[in-house]
Amino acid sequence: MGARCLRAVALPLAGVLALAVQGCQKQTVDTSAPASSRAVSGKFGDPAALQQDDGQWVMPAKNYASTRYSGLDEINTGNVSQLGVSWTFSTGMVAGHEAAPLVIGDTMYVVTPFPNILYALDLSKPGAPKKWAYDPKPLGAAKGVACCDLVNRGAAYADGAVFFNTLDGRTIAVDAATGEPKWITQLADINKGESMTMAPLVVKGKVLVGNSGGEFGVRGWLTALDAATGAIAWRAYSTGPDKDVLIGPNFKAFYAADRGADLGITTWPGEGWRTGGGTVWGWISYDAEANLIYYGTANPGPWNPDQRPGDNKWTAGVFARVPETGEARWFYQMNPHDLFDHDGVNEFVLADVTMNGQSRKVAMHPDRNGLMYVMDRTTGEVLSAAPFGYVNSNRGIDMKTGRLIPVEEKAVKQGVVVRDICPSAPGMKDWQPSSFSPRTSLLYIPHQNLCMDEEGMAASYIAGTPFVGASVVYKAGPGGNRGVLTAWDPAQAKAAWEIKERFPVWSGTVVTAGDVLFYGTMDGWFKAIDAKSGKQLWQFKCGSGIIGQPVVYKGPDGHQYVAVLSGVGGWAGAIVPADLDPRDATAGNGFGGVLGDLKEATTRGGMLYVFSLGGGGR
Amino acid sequence: MARALMVAALVCAAACHRAPGRTLTICADPNNLPFSNQARQGFENELASLLAADRGARLEYEWWAQRRGFVRNTLGAGTCDIVMGVPASFDPALTTRPYYRSSYMFVSRRDRNLGLTSLDDPRLRAMRIGVQMIGDDFNNSPPAHALSNRGIVRNVVGYSVFGDYAKPSPLAGIVEAVDRGEVDAALVWGPAAGYFTRGRPLELAPVTPHADSPSLPFVFDIAMGVRRGNSGLRDELNDFITRRATDINRVLDEYHVPRVEGD
Repeated sequence: MGARCLRAVALPLAGVLALAVQGCQKQTVDTSAPASSRAVSGKFGDPAALQQDDGQWVMPAKNYASTRYSGLDEINTGNVSQLGVSWTFSTGMVAGHEAAPLVIGDTMYVVTPFPNILYALDLSKPGAPKKWAYDPKPLGAAKGVACCDLVNRGAAYADGAVFFNTLDGRTIAVDAATGEPKWITQLADINKGESMTMAPLVVKGKVLVGNSGGEFGVRGWLTALDAATGAIAWRAYSTGPDKDVLIGPNFKAFYAADRGADLGITTWPGEGWRTGGGTVWGWISYDAEANLIYYGTANPGPWNPDQRPGDNKWTAGVFARVPETGEARWFYQMNPHDLFDHDGVNEFVLADVTMNGQSRKVAMHPDRNGLMYVMDRTTGEVLSAAPFGYVNSNRGIDMKTGRLIPVEEKAVKQGVVVRDICPSAPGMKDWQPSSFSPRTSLLYIPHQNLCMDEEGMAASYIAGTPFVGASVVYKAGPGGNRGVLTAWDPAQAKAAWEIKERFPVWSGTVVTAGDVLFYGTMDGWFKAIDAKSGKQLWQFKCGSGIIGQPVVYKGPDGHQYVAVLSGVGGWAGAIVPADLDPRDATAGNGFGGVLGDLKEATTRGGMLYVFSLGGGGR
Repeated sequence: MARALMVAALVCAAACHRAPGRTLTICADPNNLPFSNQARQGFENELASLLAADRGARLEYEWWAQRRGFVRNTLGAGTCDIVMGVPASFDPALTTRPYYRSSYMFVSRRDRNLGLTSLDDPRLRAMRIGVQMIGDDFNNSPPAHALSNRGIVRNVVGYSVFGDYAKPSPLAGIVEAVDRGEVDAALVWGPAAGYFTRGRPLELAPVTPHADSPSLPFVFDIAMGVRRGNSGLRDELNDFITRRATDINRVLDEYHVPRVEGD
């Protein structure tokens, strides 16, 4: 370890290259304390403790339960109308900005879209000037393998380091105080179509990260890295033999369909599992009491459904695993034999909810397929799965078997025109994360209201090879509004209220003890909503559309702030930064036509906005 | 390349007064033989040199992997003038008249004497067959669709057209797999099939039928592409394709690009 810190050396670790970087610190706890008036609380800067502090925001989802709930209440329903801009920060980039800013001590950390620069901003000084910037210099070739704009969903903090992924497949630990890299581990191989876009989660000294790239015949995995060294601790594949999936004698799936030896092979034709997708690019939650992490796997690929008969395990489902070893404890498949590109990667929000007079430990998961799953997170049993929007491609699930009930006439078939499939491929909801308030017991789901037509076959061309595929066109669902913010009552399995939006709500949400809910729209409005009634209380027009994740923190001055990145893009909004032609309905993989008017409604460009009561420079 | 430069210089001496300092920028994949690579090998690069010499223009390149967004990030972003190969019916670009027509091909080992030509050959149900695999979202190579339409699924092995981009010829994998006997036969797009079977004990034949339906052809006309609206350059390229057909065909022959006639 000592030698590792003297000079840059390449250490082959478990088949990957881990780069130790010159000038790295010894792995001691003191590096976690930024030089500021407000010391980082919590043992060793452990995120398990830090997440309890509402003054800080140490992981994108605020806490392991992924509630995105802040206990701060200085800003409340009575005074939120006085919210104003305190300061801003330009990233100078034009791709979609999906990340959540982090606040640790007196420093805010922002990771940008490709080229994935990590900025540290000094909150203790007026205007929060830049402390340092770390440029990982990702390979430009990574831009060619990213499926849907060049996004990054944020960083995570633990033990004096900020961890984030680069589009070209590296996980990097940067010293939170100095901006110097501590270690860099190359995990995904862009030459094979793999990239990395998700935000890591740090649990018990393990940095958990997964790959993107299901479009390229990538085999999905979740990998745990030692937070101190970057060495791989374990890797769990989403397809293949049980030993690769880390399924052992302690695996107990609730439903029979998820039980059996080597289902990651036998539910595929031939060797389809080797390129079967099931990438891991969404969110991970953690229940310390059960000592289980929960995360969803992406859709099966790259074959069309009729070319991969079977359930295609373990794609489009949810794993519960032990963080120390990766050992799987249960799995549930939301979309067996997925027909619609319905990844299972959306968030699992953990809460204790009273259902039928009984307190249940649940995981709440609004899936791409349009169903809002409320699951017993200790067993994997589905307690309810009700549509949270207009769905005609499934009839919910069979509560006895847990299996999705597909609607035959909406199934995508080779060479057959199928119209009005609801929801569309990006689903009722994509990656954009929900929030949950223990005060209202409502889950605030940002989502879209889109249907699609599969309009027969069109020829195209890639890597010198002509190919043929269905041309997919998205359109607004019933009502004509393309976006919705739904407040979901998990106990009643129904919506409490909803707000219709012109464009898909592609930003995250955050909710506070002041009963204020915040989210942004793709045309740039940042909104404050009464979390109880759904009434809009305030809005501010940002420079570019918002697809980022708002966060809430307490500044060094003791006052509450709300921060969000503006900068339209992502799969839905790529038409703006990539300047796609809205006349081409299939541009942006189907989004070009349905969001053609987005180019008139907003312009591109990344900017961080920070709001407080009264605004101005405090 | 030296010869191409010399030819360019000679042509320039005669023609440069017409377009002083003219540059044509080609968008090309830096690692995709037999089409192009950054060393300026590949038949598309040779044709680009031929074109530049013919037009008295200097050649420049914008290298970009041909993945999703290739045309958007290159022609669409205005960083180049021409993509040397696109299907003649390709929407995102304005296309020229086609300069070759090729087919998906059966590739198998000569010593197996399989003589495969038809997608309806009953032996395909029992063979291990390699196909070029594109990606999800219901897209795939036409023979992959054709096989699944015939219920041939479990014995099909996919080879990503993106291959391993760290290697010099990402498209070669599927042909090498036939050579090594990993699959009994493979269905490969003509130019890659022709180029990578050279010098190997392999045989190839165009698939029949030529189409399963109008929307599922196995034969494609290939043209050059320019930005939508750039009809002046399109017309100039059409003229080049007509006048220099013999030279174009010579380059295609050198690279063993199989051509088919009719539809």
